[in-house]
Amino acid sequence: MKIIVCIKQVPDTTDIKWTENNTIQREGVESIINPYDIYAIEEALKLKKTLKNVEITVLTMGPLQAESMLKKAIALGCDNAVLISDKKFAGADTYATGKTIASAIKNKLPDYDLIICGQFAIDGDTAQTGPSVANQLNIPQVTYVKELKKCDEECVYAVREIEEGLETVKVEFPALLCVLKGFDEPSRAKINGIIKAQNTNITVYSMEDIGLTPEETGIKGSPTYVSRAFRPEHNRAECEICSDCNTLVQRITEFGGFSNE
Amino acid sequence: MSNIMLYAEVTKENYLHTVVFELANKAQELSKKLNNASVSALLICKTGLSENFKEAFINSGFDYVYIAESNRLTHYSTELYSKVAIDIIREIKPEIILVGATTQGRDIAPRISSSLHTGLTADCIELDINEKGQLAATRPTFGGQLMATILCKTLPQMATVRPKVFKPAPENTVKDTKFIYIKPEIDNIQKKVEFIEFVKGLNTSINDLDSAEIIVAGGKGMKNEAGFELLKNFAQSIGGCIAASRGAVDMGLAPVDIQIGQTGKTVTPKLYIACGISGAIQHIVGMQNSDKIIAINNDANAQIFNHCDCGLVGDVFEVIPELIKIIKNSNGENTSDINIL
Repeated sequence: MKIIVCIKQVPDTTDIKWTENNTIQREGVESIINPYDIYAIEEALKLKKTLKNVEITVLTMGPLQAESMLKKAIALGCDNAVLISDKKFAGADTYATGKTIASAIKNKLPDYDLIICGQFAIDGDTAQTGPSVANQLNIPQVTYVKELKKCDEECVYAVREIEEGLETVKVEFPALLCVLKGFDEPSRAKINGIIKAQNTNITVYSMEDIGLTPEETGIKGSPTYVSRAFRPEHNRAECEICSDCNTLVQRITEFGGFSNE
Repeated sequence: MSNIMLYAEVTKENYLHTVVFELANKAQELSKKLNNASVSALLICKTGLSENFKEAFINSGFDYVYIAESNRLTHYSTELYSKVAIDIIREIKPEIILVGATTQGRDIAPRISSSLHTGLTADCIELDINEKGQLAATRPTFGGQLMATILCKTLPQMATVRPKVFKPAPENTVKDTKFIYIKPEIDNIQKKVEFIEFVKGLNTSINDLDSAEIIVAGGKGMKNEAGFELLKNFAQSIGGCIAASRGAVDMGLAPVDIQIGQTGKTVTPKLYIACGISGAIQHIVGMQNSDKIIAINNDANAQIFNHCDCGLVGDVFEVIPELIKIIKNSNGENTSDINIL
């Protein structure tokens, strides 16, 4: 069984700093594997433990520096790594990103059973790229997957966590799954994994390699564009700073706190 | 004539999702800026269910409701629902499509936009029409530290919006709604995803937060489990529910289902008390529509103080016990009742 895990390198968003000119300081911001994608890798590794002949290819679209993140995925136990990288991909929205990843899979990794992605990336938080890839590949998707149950060569049972409860569905391969953070702590890299990662060559594909034109990728291939970016304004009147707890309790009461019910 | 279409989501329990009415209110507003563009709903459901919703549609100002019913559509299915939606959208050609950013909405919307080769802006917190008549969709980005207004070059222009971001219309906006039945063409589709079972959630904390009038939320400043115990006592003393920021959830102090913010829930209580929360925009977008907001933080420069009505600068571990004491004293002999869970 062949599994592709799509991952994304994201800035560690808890650590963002502003420059004096009100722009985001990008230099020196640490990059991490999107936390949800760690669980996507974890689900693939779990399947590898329970089924025979599972081969995991980890795939990302990003700058050449993303190689280090792919090596981390190899260290965790993935078998191969593919980086799709081209300056022409810059500025891609979720439509263009979905198209680019789907083209790479169609052209370079067409022989797959399952694609696993994280449900969201913590930087964009759109949750759109996974379904967009599935749609371009014309395969079914299952989103908000909390847990994988029975799995064999032909299908998998997936438990979805939705607003009202847990829904179990059975999906035939080939299919794409978007996973939430699972129940188990993700695996850590083992020493032989780290050695393997050092000796693994990352395959890099450019736009031409995956059969796309400049019009279909990056900012040109994106239906959406940012017309304005700004720091959020304060939308409340001046905040009243209370000098002591008694005043604060008075405000809590005025604002509807402890209504004796 | 231009047309704004809303995806009328039906919940697992066969209700129209409340987000449909919130979007309807916003769509009326957008319609006025588009020479009174018509507002329509797209309803996909099991045979006969649409009858239950007709009055609600009429009272919410819809001009048209396009209905596709079939017993094969009893459970939401990405494959069937997206096929039906795409067929109808190709026929009606709306210029704007709005979808609730629920698990169902976020599942179907990218499938639709990708098939129609158009753009989709996720989780918008404001929608407007710009001077060129385009949909200007504003959303937090970059971990919520930046707001971006996004436009779309292609039609339809699509956006998702979370529940509770917009308010439903204050009064009924009755219209002469036309109901149009369209036969879904799904007979030849072999589903690859099969529904097996549904287990209703036992964890009610999510629903509690939705209806809570008072929410006491803790952030990284609550530091440890003892801090969250203190928070619970405080919440009990004023009859509130507890919630958490992403920082606190990442530290393992609170479960993810009570997380407020861009990657968590959006809430609109009467009173929101933020304790030890710095106030990153990713948190603010999840609570800024609360009626009143109070903040307690030891950093006088914390962002949270720019987003609240009233605040106190101080150590939460000193301030909160003091508040609990004052509240208990002011309640006199009722003190014992307040301690009851």
